[in-house]
Amino acid sequence: MSAYLGDVAALARKDLRLELRARDTLPAMVLFVVATLVVFHFALPGGASDDAAYGLLWVALVFTALLGLGRSWVPEGESGALDGLVLATSDRSAIWLGKVLATLAFLGAAEIVALPAFALFFAPLDGPALAGVALASVGICAVGSLVSAMAAAARGREVLLPLLFLPLAIPLVVGGVGSSVSPEPATYLAFLGLYDAVFAILSWAAFEYVVTE
Amino acid sequence: MSAPLIRADALEKRYGTRAVLRDVSFGVEPGGVLVVTGPNGSGKTTLLRLLVGLAAPSRGSLEIAVDRRRIGFVGHESLVYRDLTALENLDLYGRLYRVGERRERIGMLLERFGLWEARRLRVSAYSRGMTQRLALCRALLHQPELVVLDEPHSALDTEGAALLDEELTTLAAAGDHTLVVATHEPGRLAALTTGRLALGVA
Repeated sequence: MSAYLGDVAALARKDLRLELRARDTLPAMVLFVVATLVVFHFALPGGASDDAAYGLLWVALVFTALLGLGRSWVPEGESGALDGLVLATSDRSAIWLGKVLATLAFLGAAEIVALPAFALFFAPLDGPALAGVALASVGICAVGSLVSAMAAAARGREVLLPLLFLPLAIPLVVGGVGSSVSPEPATYLAFLGLYDAVFAILSWAAFEYVVTE
Repeated sequence: MSAPLIRADALEKRYGTRAVLRDVSFGVEPGGVLVVTGPNGSGKTTLLRLLVGLAAPSRGSLEIAVDRRRIGFVGHESLVYRDLTALENLDLYGRLYRVGERRERIGMLLERFGLWEARRLRVSAYSRGMTQRLALCRALLHQPELVVLDEPHSALDTEGAALLDEELTTLAAAGDHTLVVATHEPGRLAALTTGRLALGVA
């Protein structure tokens, strides 16, 4: 188990190092989410409710995540490095888990900027809403890392990734918005937790079949 | 006579309706050196990808008596990250392969293949020949039992090709490594070759 976690840590660290060098994912995600919130700020009519604003926050977060996921397997595709990892890892799911952790770090960093910006432009987020963001982010990265690996191997990857990812992200948006606006957020948080558990296990088990024939 | 390390029987690989390999059978003894030759499009690369487990045969049987993590592979791509340095790439692979005395082994290989001075350069700054040398370091890092090389001399200069020949001679002489090499220059390996497989366009 510790060897498996060591592989995961080494793979996630590699992604963070590559991003520090290339800086082609995180800056794009941060700029996109802030720009989207600014546009929404001016686009929403003056008397719009906070509920509408929370909905727009989730639109911004999902598409920001999509931006990061679209680039997440690019380094592996450049020189066939994914084949190298497939040959070298004792359990190929470590490749997926490493990618989930790295993508989660990028999305979390974008959210650290986005959430204060949202509070500035619209309304502050309470504890349940923040918990909803955290749980939904885990689900987005777990499912997104699997489907982006599938899309990366295909010719029409730019089209395929949103087609695969967005339908799977709908429950996360429902749970996230519910945890932000419902008087009983616990139900939605439990739903998000269940989604994370189920889809993380499914993605973990399915990854082997995505990267091998 | 020992049991073959690799046994392929009536191997076939299709992509859609197109057969890339058809009815290929061969065996390789432990410690043997199999040289695979054939014109472009004859399926050499496909065969090697089947051997290392990166592709599955469409028909026929392929038995390999080696754990897949005891295989070293050099393909047409380097399988290294362009924005990492040589040291960082080899360290990552060394960790994944659980190489003992990793730093010493990495240092020895980088010295041997003439990359020590460039060890802290990103691979994106390497020439094609240097990248090929690094790919060889990566493939040999974990002292694999089965070494599978796809046109390993390509992109190497005279010195690099001579280093590779020397390394292959050492591996073959040690007797505990089995080599499968696809090449357009079978004469380079003539002294080591224990078997030869000539592929034709399927």
